[in-house]
Amino acid sequence: MSVPTLVSHSAYLTGRSVRALSRQPAFAIATLVQPVIWLLLFGQLFRSVVQIPGFDAGTDSYLEFLTPGVIVMTALFSSCWAGTVYIEDMQRGVMDRLLASPVRRGAMMIGTLAYQAVTTLVQTLVVLGVAILAGARFAGGSVGLLVTLLAAVLLSAIMASFSNALALLVRQQAALIAISQFVVLPLQFLSSALMDIALAPQWVQDIARYNPVDWAVVASREALSAQPDWGAVLPRLAALALLGLLMGWLATRAFRSYQRSL
Amino acid sequence: MTTSDVGALSAVDLIKTYPGGRNKPSVRALDGLSLAVETGTVFGLLGPNGAGKSTTVKILATLARPDSGSAFVGGVDVLRHPERVRRVIGLVSQKASSDPLATGRENLVLAGRIQGLSRAGAGRRATELLARFALGDAADRLARTYSGGMARKLDVAIGLVHRPQVLFLDEPTTGLDPEARAELWAEIARLAEKDQMSVLLTTHYLEEADRLAGRLALVDAGRVVVEGTAEELKSALRGDTVTVGLRRSEDVPAALTLLDRLPGVHGLNPDGRSVRASADDGAVAVPVLLTALDGAGIEVASVALTRPSLDDVYLRHVGRSLEVAA
Repeated sequence: MSVPTLVSHSAYLTGRSVRALSRQPAFAIATLVQPVIWLLLFGQLFRSVVQIPGFDAGTDSYLEFLTPGVIVMTALFSSCWAGTVYIEDMQRGVMDRLLASPVRRGAMMIGTLAYQAVTTLVQTLVVLGVAILAGARFAGGSVGLLVTLLAAVLLSAIMASFSNALALLVRQQAALIAISQFVVLPLQFLSSALMDIALAPQWVQDIARYNPVDWAVVASREALSAQPDWGAVLPRLAALALLGLLMGWLATRAFRSYQRSL
Repeated sequence: MTTSDVGALSAVDLIKTYPGGRNKPSVRALDGLSLAVETGTVFGLLGPNGAGKSTTVKILATLARPDSGSAFVGGVDVLRHPERVRRVIGLVSQKASSDPLATGRENLVLAGRIQGLSRAGAGRRATELLARFALGDAADRLARTYSGGMARKLDVAIGLVHRPQVLFLDEPTTGLDPEARAELWAEIARLAEKDQMSVLLTTHYLEEADRLAGRLALVDAGRVVVEGTAEELKSALRGDTVTVGLRRSEDVPAALTLLDRLPGVHGLNPDGRSVRASADDGAVAVPVLLTALDGAGIEVASVALTRPSLDDVYLRHVGRSLEVAA
């Protein structure tokens, strides 16, 4: 099957998910309100952490420090639900119908990842907009914005792939959600999303070095700052992209496991 | 080999085992199942739940792989070229397969686009199918608001979007009320007749198999027990059932003794105040039977003659009634 077909099939399936979201306005609004609440709540709660001696925020505004953290956290938490759609499709006959049609498994994967990317882009722009309204200023400009969007989208692709793979392997909503929650919270807190990691114990710093959530946070925070350290940004973006490709490929392979269960 | 030689569908010696859980033995879903479906016919797989009907459909529709055996759709090897098979089949699985958050029309258009129809072509085809299945008024409502019968009709319409050569209907009317079932039956009957489509239908409803399937195979424990047209299968039983109701129950033993001596009557059984017998030809046996009883002074209240049903066929070949098993 040709590449154009793969692209058009992915586009049809992305369109299907976007349309489904538009039919659930309460859910759509919640996906936008939640990150704003996180931003404002954590921004207030931890406002004084920037005054801790040794806290290297590069700014004296915790809100400015926190914004990339909340953007990445939002991408992480939204995309870990991606697999629930697969499970709904399995519980109905939708998954079987698609698998017995000319749609490639790759298109079924890309369709959900692209939908997550769209969601993540909108969420990121909303969080940035609210942060700016609340007084945060980002010196990084449009390049900083693009890097932030890219980092958030790549992280969402990694997590959505993970969630989709899990859905195809465990095939049960409750198990999927339990495992996702188990993975997501440590990923979140073993990173510099909310806190300057230099103040954390060494073992946390060691783990964070291999944590894609931290890669995304560091890349976007640097890119949004006045003097970005591109030596910190680019390798992390590259690592995110590579891990995204690997996870997407592995998740697509997981269709085989699902089909073996049929 | 030409297409007419290979037929629409064939399966040879399919074996499929599902691994059991912890401390549970594995389950052999298919145990050497074979079948062949001719182009433009409805072929029925009749059997109780767990007999292996759905597993057969899943293998032929490229979803599952057998442990061994081979399967062909339109002459194409299902195991070697699943992607070619997927272009010519339509699958209506046991579960509802529409997207509940899309309208009936959107469901059909998306299915059409995936199958390679143009935007305009998919739109036209959707309109056509909505009209055909009497869903025109509900076309722009979300599928989740559809009644059971409407949702099932939409499922079948989705399976037909690309005019498949072979359509799989896995328990199409399970859970439908009698009216919705009759309506769907009429449409399914038209598929093979008018559209020359080959249909593999699985069901545990005797009446459904009897009405729709040109040929049918009785399936039990993962294999085909017997196969033929419904008429062939019933006639092969050679025997109508004659039930004679008596006015007085104390006459039953005398009636049994008397009828046992008549030629062409066998398999006598008392059943309350009635006597049941098998007759090679019911129409010949009934007058003989009545004359004999009358001559002995046994008063008859009623006589009923029944042709063998598919359930009798099932009972004969499998050793238990499908009505009970299903």
